[in-house]
Parts: sequence; C-alpha cells; structure tokens
Amino acid sequence: MSHEHEHHHHHDDDDDVQEHREHGAPLTDVELRVRALESLLVDKGLVDPAALDALIDTYETKVGPRNGARVVARAWLDPAYKRRLLEDGTAAVAEFGFMGRQSEKLVVVENTPQVHNVVVCTLCSCYPWAVLGLPPVWYKSAPYRARAVIDPRGVLEELGVSVPESREVRVWDSTAEIRYMVLPERPKGTEKLSEEELAALVTRDAMIGVAEVRR
Amino acid sequence: MNGAHDLGGMHGFGPVDIERDEPVFHSDWERKAFALTLAAGFLGKWNIDMSRYAREQMPPAEYLATSYYEHWAFGLEKLLHDHGLVTQDEVEARLRGRAQPLKPVPGARILAAHDVEKALRTSRTSKADEDVAPRYKVRDRVVTRNVHPLGHTRLPRYARGKRGEIVLDHGVWVFPDTAGNGLGRKPQHCYTVRFTARELWGPDAPAPDAVHIDLWDDHLDPA
Repeated sequence: MSHEHEHHHHHDDDDDVQEHREHGAPLTDVELRVRALESLLVDKGLVDPAALDALIDTYETKVGPRNGARVVARAWLDPAYKRRLLEDGTAAVAEFGFMGRQSEKLVVVENTPQVHNVVVCTLCSCYPWAVLGLPPVWYKSAPYRARAVIDPRGVLEELGVSVPESREVRVWDSTAEIRYMVLPERPKGTEKLSEEELAALVTRDAMIGVAEVRR
Repeated sequence: MNGAHDLGGMHGFGPVDIERDEPVFHSDWERKAFALTLAAGFLGKWNIDMSRYAREQMPPAEYLATSYYEHWAFGLEKLLHDHGLVTQDEVEARLRGRAQPLKPVPGARILAAHDVEKALRTSRTSKADEDVAPRYKVRDRVVTRNVHPLGHTRLPRYARGKRGEIVLDHGVWVFPDTAGNGLGRKPQHCYTVRFTARELWGPDAPAPDAVHIDLWDDHLDPA
C-alpha cells in the first residue's frame, strides 16, 4: 500500500487501523466513527444489535416503492378506492397495512391534465416511507432540493417529463410531518391490464412526480 | 437557523442525477448509520425535530460536501454527546483502539428486536391530541413572518415574508420551531399554504405554477 500505510506502522494506533483495513480499502473517517458509535451503544446496552438488523431488513427487503405501486394500481381500477385515497390517504393505504414511521399523515395528490404534482423536502429528506420506502440519493441531494421549488419545469424537462405551459406544476415542499405521494396518470392502452400488471408499470419516480408512467 | 440545509431556491448545484437500479444502501456503514439513528431515537431522549436540528448544525461547508448518511452520523453523534449517552472521550478511545471504562447509562429503555415491527408501524412522533382552535381556515389569505431564528425552524428562507392562501388544515401538531429547540411542544394547527411561483420567484416564473408548503399558526399572519 501507500506511504501513508508505512507511516501507520510507526504509529501507536497501528493495530486498530490495521484491523479496519478490510478488503484492501482503508475505511473512511465516517465509517470508523459509525463503527465506534455502534460498538459503544451496544456495549452500553443502549441498542440491541438484533434490533439494528431488523430495522435494516425492514427497509431493505420489506418496505419499498412496491407498496405505493399497489396503491396506485388499485386506485386506477377502483373508483371508490381512489375517492377514499384522495380524501384520506392515511386511512386508504392502511387498508393495505401500510402505515407508521414517516407516514403519520399521508396526502395523495392526483396528476390530471390540469395539474402535475412534484414532491420535495427542501429542508431535509421527508418522504413517505410506508408507501415508498427510504428515499433515493437524488431526492436527498442538494441539486434536487435546491431546484425543485425554483425550477421544477427545468428539473422535469431534464428527467424527460415535458409539462405544457398551460398545465400547473404544483410542488409540495414537505416541511411538516405530512407526507405526500403522487397518484400518476394511468397510461393509455392499459385498459386490459390486471391490478398486478398495472402495479408493475408504476415507478418510484412517478410517485414522487418526476416521471410519468409508461406502458 | 439560516444553514446550508435550507436549500430551496439555490443555484449552481448542477443537474439532478438519478442512479438507475439504486440500492437502498450503498455500503454497510450507511445501514448502520440509519439503524443506529432510529434505534437511538426510540430511547426517547430527543424528538424528531431535535434530530433534524442536530444535522442542521453540521458546519455549512461540511454539510454541502458530505452525503446524506454522513449528516445522519454527525447528528447522531451530536445527540449522543448532548444527552450524555456517549462521551467524546469514549468515541476517541474507540477510534484509537484504546481501552476505556464506559460511563454507565442507568434506566435506559431500549428498542428490542421483537418490538421493531410494532414500533415502526405505530410510530407517531408529532400529531397532537390537544384541542387547539385554528387561527385560519381554508381559503384565508396569509403572509409568512419574516423571521430568522438562530435555532430550528420549518419555515424555509425562500418562503419568508410571502403571501399565500390556506388550502388544507391538517389539525393540531407539535410545533417544531419550539420542540426542536427544547422549548416544548406548543401544539397548534398546521396547514398547507399555497404560494404562487410568481409570489416566491418574481414575474418571470410560469403563471400557473405554485409551491405548497406546510406551515404552522406561529409562522403566519393574516394578509
């Protein structure tokens, strides 16, 4: 390895640093700090390591945008469900068992020929976890948080969504604990598809409002 | 605080870069930063608004140069220090592989693995049960306060001193601008307020466009 590695050989932290050099790549400062915090919290009895695994597993394998896609497909097929969804999103997604963390109150906003909705959180990363899972990196990034409110049409254009001048672009800046999900427009030519087939077309980005659903 | 986290309306960050088939986490330390933050939150020593405020206090140049889970790791470490759960010395000792007796934290009620599912499903951080009268009703015209508090606030800079219209009343919620600063829950109505793009960004903004922002009674005056 490098000169830096040589240097560490003469350093009294050597053993610890060596121990952390896994797979040949040195761990970054944040990796080391997170490890230190984890080991301290576990040793102090403040976190249960099995609870950490369960939290990770929940959002890595159980809760994700497939939840929201099922809701959207149901709303496209069932007008009574759609009405309930737009009136009280929290209750309507709870019919599927979707509820909880970062979805204390859910408002579903419908894209129509008159309005295109886009969701952002300019101050942090608020996102409807129960229906979409954890937010992608771009949603939490400075470019999106900065531009979505001042130049939503520019962002949409870059991402392949062209909104006619006469159609309103309505941005929802999630500054409270109310979470927003977009009900995208159902694409033409999908009249014969089943609920499962429709759900398979619905993307995470369409439910944030930065994509359209395509056949 | 007028920090680097308050990004709405800034220029110069470049295009929005969507990663195809993005994994939920990009490395193991991200998984851990996420899970530790949630698990430590369930200790009940701080609220979600304090958690956000801790991340906002990362120095601005560092905030803009680091990733999201680095913000979370920074916030977690700060909260653990501020609440006396983990000391700076303990962290430094671990980083250097040095043995150090741990300061005990008596009486902590921790999140057990078998409670995770229920805890996530029933997590309710901010809705308030108090019966507080609303100051505004749907269709009322309001103007946001031109305030620049040093602490936590959910009124973004780009929306201060702007005129809007109440479009939804969400009922009574904890007020983050006090709760996040350790000054109590101060429950009050939270509304969605509609601002035209032209009110926020001037006459060159597209006429039909609008930004809807969730704000509380204490952010608003009658217009």
